[in-house]
Amino acid sequence: MGGGGGGGDSSEDTAVELGDEPHVLAVDDNLIDRKLVEKLLKNSSCKVTTAENALRALDYLGLGNETLEGTVSKVNLIITDYCMPGMTGYELLKKIKESSVLKEVPVVIMSSENIPTRISQCLEEGAKMFMLKPLKQSDVKQLKWHLMKCRN
Amino acid sequence: MEVVQIQRRLVDYTKSLFMEGFLDGQFLQLQQLQDESNPDFVVEVVSLFFDDSEKLLNELTIALDQPNVDFKKVDGHVHQLKGSSSSIGAQRVKNACIAFRSFCEGQNIEGCLACLQQVKQEYYLVKNKLETLFRLEQQIVASGGSIPMIEMGF
Repeated sequence: MGGGGGGGDSSEDTAVELGDEPHVLAVDDNLIDRKLVEKLLKNSSCKVTTAENALRALDYLGLGNETLEGTVSKVNLIITDYCMPGMTGYELLKKIKESSVLKEVPVVIMSSENIPTRISQCLEEGAKMFMLKPLKQSDVKQLKWHLMKCRN
Repeated sequence: MEVVQIQRRLVDYTKSLFMEGFLDGQFLQLQQLQDESNPDFVVEVVSLFFDDSEKLLNELTIALDQPNVDFKKVDGHVHQLKGSSSSIGAQRVKNACIAFRSFCEGQNIEGCLACLQQVKQEYYLVKNKLETLFRLEQQIVASGGSIPMIEMGF
């Protein structure tokens, strides 16, 4: 995983070099939770972009209907709430995994509800981790360690 | 009043809020996130919580006042309120929301109305408590003192 290889290898694009700030896209329809996850990630030296729903997230990632030319940014991690109006975090996860460009980007699902079938459904669909809300500093530290470990 | 006395008052007051269940460990998480780059983080997030909650409580009052109550819509609002109260550590509000959701599931209008009253009560209580806490902090800072970190045994 990562290193070597020719151009166009998507895993190279998502590789996080030691010392770089990973760019995280955080998706949550709750304003307070968005603010909290943003601060948690920034305190772990991550660059953060937030989106208030799955459609906005898809636009930002370049998979949406409203994506503007030249605005697609590279992200190293996507962390999304499960319960969102319209498209859920699970549906967003599926769209990301269906994309040849984005399927290598790790996706973490957050939820306030501890439902085992929900958790296994997400992990089976390719989510890297499932985290229970409310998030704590230690959760995010563990997440970042995991992310850095997978890249190198 | 001397700074040391206000600091003492703040520590005792904060501890009482935890003992009485108004706040839980998540509030401490918020305080620990605050730093020099964001010295007003807690006040900012809690203010957002106040605005958001009052909007939700309004929506809930209206939704439950309809001739045909849309329980899915009501549950959606309660879910939001449960989430934000949980995220800032407002434990009693969160617990009131949990009870509320089961009445939504049961499509029980009487139960929902009773829960709405309960949630409102808990919300205004914790709002009052937090505003008092922030006022104490402001007094300390204005007197040139620093906010003491609360050490919790749990």
